[in-house]
Amino acid sequence: MEIFWYIIIATVLGIFFVLDGYDFGTGIIHLFFAKKEKDKEVITKSAGLFWDSNEVWLVAAGGMLFMAFPTFYASVFSGFYLPLIIVLWLIIFRAIGLEFRSQFKFQMWKDIWDVSFGVSSLLLALFFGIALGNIVRGVNLGGVENGTSVYEGHYFFLPLWDSSFSPLTEHPGVIDWFTIIIGLISVVTLAIHGANWIILKTNSSINLKLKGVIFKLNIVLTILTIFSVAVWQIVNPDSLNNFVDKPYLLVFPMLYFTGLVGLFFIKKIKKDVHAFWLSTLLILGGITSSLASLFPVILPSVNDVHEPLTIYNTAAPEYGLSIAFIWGIIGIILVVIYAIIQKILKGGKVDKMDYGH
Amino acid sequence: MEDMIFYDRLQFAFTITFHYIFPQLTMGLSLMIVYFKWKYLRNNDEKYNDAAKFFMKIFAINFTMGVITGIPMEFQFGTNWAKFSELTGSIIGQTLAMEGLFSFFLESSFLALFIFGEKLMGQKLHLLTGFLVFLGSWASGWFILATNAWMQHPVGYEILDNGKFVLENFSSLFSNPWLLPAFLHNQFASVVTSSFVVASIGAFYILRKKQIEYGKLFLKTGVIFGLVSSVLVAFPTGDWNAKNVAKYQPAAFAAMEGIFETEEAGAEIVLIGQPNMVEKKLDNKIAVPNILSFLTHQDWNKQIPGMDQFKEEELPDNIPALYYSYHIMVGLGTIFIGIMALALFFLWRKKLYTFKPLLWFILFLVPFPYIANLTGWYTAELGRQPYLVYGLLKTSDGVSPTVSSGNTLFTLLGFVALYMLLGLLFLVLVGKTINEGPKLQKH
Repeated sequence: MEIFWYIIIATVLGIFFVLDGYDFGTGIIHLFFAKKEKDKEVITKSAGLFWDSNEVWLVAAGGMLFMAFPTFYASVFSGFYLPLIIVLWLIIFRAIGLEFRSQFKFQMWKDIWDVSFGVSSLLLALFFGIALGNIVRGVNLGGVENGTSVYEGHYFFLPLWDSSFSPLTEHPGVIDWFTIIIGLISVVTLAIHGANWIILKTNSSINLKLKGVIFKLNIVLTILTIFSVAVWQIVNPDSLNNFVDKPYLLVFPMLYFTGLVGLFFIKKIKKDVHAFWLSTLLILGGITSSLASLFPVILPSVNDVHEPLTIYNTAAPEYGLSIAFIWGIIGIILVVIYAIIQKILKGGKVDKMDYGH
Repeated sequence: MEDMIFYDRLQFAFTITFHYIFPQLTMGLSLMIVYFKWKYLRNNDEKYNDAAKFFMKIFAINFTMGVITGIPMEFQFGTNWAKFSELTGSIIGQTLAMEGLFSFFLESSFLALFIFGEKLMGQKLHLLTGFLVFLGSWASGWFILATNAWMQHPVGYEILDNGKFVLENFSSLFSNPWLLPAFLHNQFASVVTSSFVVASIGAFYILRKKQIEYGKLFLKTGVIFGLVSSVLVAFPTGDWNAKNVAKYQPAAFAAMEGIFETEEAGAEIVLIGQPNMVEKKLDNKIAVPNILSFLTHQDWNKQIPGMDQFKEEELPDNIPALYYSYHIMVGLGTIFIGIMALALFFLWRKKLYTFKPLLWFILFLVPFPYIANLTGWYTAELGRQPYLVYGLLKTSDGVSPTVSSGNTLFTLLGFVALYMLLGLLFLVLVGKTINEGPKLQKH
């Protein structure tokens, strides 16, 4: 049951990052490349029409995580207190930017919300990457000081950063040079994804240019990826063991590399939807590879005093998990049906669609 | 430790108060939108269709605000109340996750369809999507109240040696005797809010002499829905809830009603009075003898335990706040019934649309159902203190052990600033929508 729930939650989170990921990405592209009012409008629309139905996936993942792995939820959410609250504020800023931009016609009003949407999207992408970096790096569980535990074994608290900025100290902060690398990978990946979404959903005048941008970003991403895999070894020496023991797990990194290689051919790809699928592979492959390298651990411990958190020592008891499995499956089937209905309705380019309630 | 709990409670109270402004309107409004749409299908009068679409605009703004202020609620369980999450997550996570999966998805998917899909789907399917939005929003209320009902009156659990609550019986979460009365009371109260909003917008249009036809329709519908729902809030659902509190949380009941000392021969009902915590009595009291005993137990002389019957630590930790919340809620609820009955009388005599004092009064009544709803929520939550899970888990044992009060204060201030901005934007946006009115829909 623990494994089932792990897979369900990972899938829902994956869907969230694919769907809301393009919203973040459109925000980043919007911030740097949209100059003409027509483009700005259509790009915000391509995110604005969809963000709330995408955000639902985050709420659902959060709720299921709470139910299935309460100990993990409690320790991670209080441990990453400050960054998570900041993420909440950014989510709010991005949402109001999208919702309010088109409500009034003054240029100043629009400029404010454009910046709000762009900057908060960029920071969210960065923070989600940093979060992933923290999870693969591990934290000082139990707040161990000189070999003795300050809190119960599964609790911790991370400041935003430690003055050394190093992931290798006894008390790493949320932000260090390793997590920033992962954060940048996230920003670049989501920017590519967002650009693909814009090309797919709009008739924006910058679409042709964006293909070139994707190509360049992909080069940056490749360099960052190679670099990160190298330093990953330093930060968490066990990170490749799983792939050696269970070679079938290599399918996940393969997904990532398919996306990465595929996107070098972006200018030749005839159908925009194929490019979008490639960046989707990039996101899914990245997340699943990280999870697979840790499995069954979900939060490594950087001290020797406390065991890492795994899906087994943080899970809710069997009975609750099995009951929830039944309604969970029914719920997910319903959700997929809604998504298909929506897809039919909101398919096609967004330029002509109504927006601004 | 003390100020840590204080800031955590303050932050939760603040964020949930702000959040609850929005869903209470959307839950009630979704019912009224379905009514308007259904009327349109029956009588083919375009006015009703415009009304449904106009209020869906208001709904959508409120829904967005509800979503963006709701996500922090879910997060805060983990960030600020980690111990509580760890100990009870496997139980209340069930209902919270179901809310996300079954109601939130339903509501947000079909809201989009309702707004964008009228031409594509035809009128009957459009009504159906409106109905599904309504279903989603009420299901949301159901799951949230199931979660709260478990905290008020825990059922179907077992406590392990390590203090963790374990689910033993899933179906008891939904057959909890606390749930149905609380749910119905809450939903009718949300219809009260939406009726007052609809009536008030109607009064505004009539007084402004623009969009008068819509004004009349909104006012009439608001008044009729308003009277029916305010009566239902008081009886039977309010009564039913009070009996539940008396039965399952007698200490909270005594504090709500302001009974400091147990009366031998039946308890009086307090209409007015201020709790004096030093002398343990009510100042300036106006009360009617024996009524409370009758209302609670249908027996004029039945004894009701006062606060003197309970140990200090079993009593709610803020008795005056609880007492006032409860009395404000009940007082406003009674006034609502009176005003709506009066308005209906004028409507029946065909004088409502021209009787300006009443129109002005209805126009400015809008904040009060919100206050009544919020004080009702406070009554439930303050009554539960000092426990998070009534009788079993103290609030002081539920906070995050690793988060310092300084961090909580910092984030609280951030939320206050951010929500002030949100509130301002919300008012501007709703004001703009109301000012434009339903007629602009036709372009």
